[in-house]
Amino acid sequence: AASAPKPLPSSGPKSLREMPHPLATSSSEEMGPALTPSPDLLLPRSIADKDLSLPNGTPVDTSSPASSSSLLNRLQLDDDLDVEARDLFVTVDDPKKHVCTMETYITYRVTTKTTRAEFDLPEYSVRRRYQDFDWLRNKLEESQPTHLIPPLPEKFVVKGVVDRFSEEFVETRRKALDKFLKRITDHPVLSFNEHFNVFLTAKDLNAYKKQGMALLSKMGESVKYVTGGYKLRSRPLEFAAIGDYLDTFSLKLGTIDRIAQRIIKEQLEYLVELREYGPVYSTWGGLEVELSEPLEGVSACIGNCCTALEELSEDMTEDFLPVLREYILYAESMKNVLKKRDQVQAEYEAKLEAVALKREDRPKVPTDVEKCQDRVECFNADLKADMERWQNNKRQDFRQLLMGMADKNIQYYEKVCVT
Amino acid sequence: MEDCLAKKLEITVSEAEKRTGRNAVNIQETYTAYLIETRAVESQSEGQCAPVESLWRRYSEFELLRNYLSVTYPHIVVPPLPEKRADFVWHKLSADNMDPDFVERRRIGLENFLLRVASHPVLCQDKIFYAFLMQEGGWKEMVNETGFQLKADSRLKALNATFRVKNPDKRFTELKHYSDELQSVISHLLRVRARVADRLYGVYKVHGNYGRVFSEWSAIEKEMGDGLQSAGHHMDVYAASIDDILEEEEHYADQLKEYLFYAEALRAVCRKHELMQYDLEMAAQDLTSKKQQCEELATGTVRTFSLKGMTSKLFGQETPEQREAKIKVLEEQIQEGEEQLKSKNLEGRDFVKSAWADIERFKEQKNHDLKEALISYAVMQISMCKKGIQVWTNAKECFSKM
Repeated sequence: AASAPKPLPSSGPKSLREMPHPLATSSSEEMGPALTPSPDLLLPRSIADKDLSLPNGTPVDTSSPASSSSLLNRLQLDDDLDVEARDLFVTVDDPKKHVCTMETYITYRVTTKTTRAEFDLPEYSVRRRYQDFDWLRNKLEESQPTHLIPPLPEKFVVKGVVDRFSEEFVETRRKALDKFLKRITDHPVLSFNEHFNVFLTAKDLNAYKKQGMALLSKMGESVKYVTGGYKLRSRPLEFAAIGDYLDTFSLKLGTIDRIAQRIIKEQLEYLVELREYGPVYSTWGGLEVELSEPLEGVSACIGNCCTALEELSEDMTEDFLPVLREYILYAESMKNVLKKRDQVQAEYEAKLEAVALKREDRPKVPTDVEKCQDRVECFNADLKADMERWQNNKRQDFRQLLMGMADKNIQYYEKVCVT
Repeated sequence: MEDCLAKKLEITVSEAEKRTGRNAVNIQETYTAYLIETRAVESQSEGQCAPVESLWRRYSEFELLRNYLSVTYPHIVVPPLPEKRADFVWHKLSADNMDPDFVERRRIGLENFLLRVASHPVLCQDKIFYAFLMQEGGWKEMVNETGFQLKADSRLKALNATFRVKNPDKRFTELKHYSDELQSVISHLLRVRARVADRLYGVYKVHGNYGRVFSEWSAIEKEMGDGLQSAGHHMDVYAASIDDILEEEEHYADQLKEYLFYAEALRAVCRKHELMQYDLEMAAQDLTSKKQQCEELATGTVRTFSLKGMTSKLFGQETPEQREAKIKVLEEQIQEGEEQLKSKNLEGRDFVKSAWADIERFKEQKNHDLKEALISYAVMQISMCKKGIQVWTNAKECFSKM
């Protein structure tokens, strides 16, 4: 267990008393720490009707927003989870086309292997279609609004431009869906989400979906954010920095995407010319006697170059570009989460102000204000933690990606050399 | 190996200079002059360095020299000059004759031309050629005094002969066919190569954009920053490398171009043969008809319809004396004609023999040169790929350190 949790600038259970009252200090200078209530309003952290978790490892109900931050504290130090420590494995494979009267669609097999107690069986195998993934993502966003949910591959494809049932498209999508589930699996909080559990295990997902709609939402889902147009006083520096970073990041990725596409386009045009170039040597070879062999040789080499180049372009299109796009989507959804965070903070500030103005001597603090403050804290904590792991993962991903690109180019050149 | 000038004399076209002057029609113009330097080889072996002689020539003088050689030695495949105007350009190359790269490549081409002529067993012995190398002043007059322009066959005559000749030597017909095909295939090749070069240039240059973006991106990253930045640098190197690569390829293109123009020289020899053969056939035909006329006059039979015959029938027969006179004239002409025919025949056979010898020599030269050109092209491609591998390996290393 952790002796001291990694210094999360946002709330940790022990540093609350040290936080300055937001209205006491000038609101323009906000250092790392997020907004917290003054000691006056501080109560022994009894939020709503759930018990706080203590950092010494008491099991918690992870669907409560309050407890997620402490759980994260615990797990924060387990930075690189060993493969042996993992107890949940999910894969997406085996795409199949289904033709019905109303529509045609593709399903993917989702296989789960686990030793977790939350699951009844050690193994599951179910069939899911894109709609189901989309549903899962929405549910996760609803139930874990303070977390970053991984992105899904694009929902809509322009018919006529892309063949929805072509092998390449289906394979690209499958890979993206597989990554999506793996990211959730790796997340210490999201992977325990009950919707996720159902997604992995239920034979008939549609029945569950309908059920979920009718039933009153549970604790986690009641945390809906009314965007009442609250204005944010000031954004803590770190989140502003994250916002700026994300903006620049998606900009740069967008540029790289464009460059990569341009390169592929140029490569294909080059290929067209090469395809004409090779045969001319052949024709010439037919004309000559002594030179015919070397000329034919050159022609054959050029042919090989064409093939190698084609493979390179294909690989770039199939492996490199989708990952770029995925991260751009990721950045987008992260920005949305940031916005929500801002909203929550704004709401909290407004309520705080209202209370302060009332100047009532009531010992009891309106629960919604408390909720707000807690939400904010959790938000900040979760975000921060998620960002860090995201950064790590992203770094790994990009490293692999660009190395892969380099590799492909190397392979291309090696092939050309050999000929 | 026959003794040729190239063995005794070191020839270089070492410099090119822009000049202005007045041309033939007295208009001010800018042109480029080339410095030809020669140095005797023999004296070097004695430990002495022979003095370098030099003079300036412009492209039009080279042209004059070549025209002279083509006319004076029609049975020789005369080496071609580098192109007058830039052809087969792709977007980066300039089509401007004054462009320094073009001038540089032309300088090399002119040097190559002189070396080829100097290594040719027959051409190197020509006095005009020697004077071209050694004597700056008065060379033009010297060439014109040879009166070679008069010997030149008219284009029209040659064309006529090509269509009308009945019995050319089969080998020449084949050769002409071959040179046509060669010309077409090489020009096609050069055109496509130019397009290929253009596209390849585009591919490399776009990678340069990576360099910029990686650099900008690295500014906002912490751990990834260094790796991205250095990788970006490698992308820049990659993008820049294409310039040198393509410049080297231009030399390959120039080698091909030389043989493209050589095809024209081959055709010229074939045309000359056709002309001579046609001449021969015409002379033979003329002789035959004269003999026939003679016979008719002598025997009084009209074998073929002739206007003369008709008019004489209408306007009365000629006198026996007139007929005798005519026969006499014809017999003289026939005698002349037979002698001419004999010498033409001899000329023709000599031409065929010596032309074919030079063509064989040319074929060997061509096979050798083109083989080498192809090999060096392949080597160039391999080195280009090796550079590519190097750059991407470096980039990969940078990425792995991210």
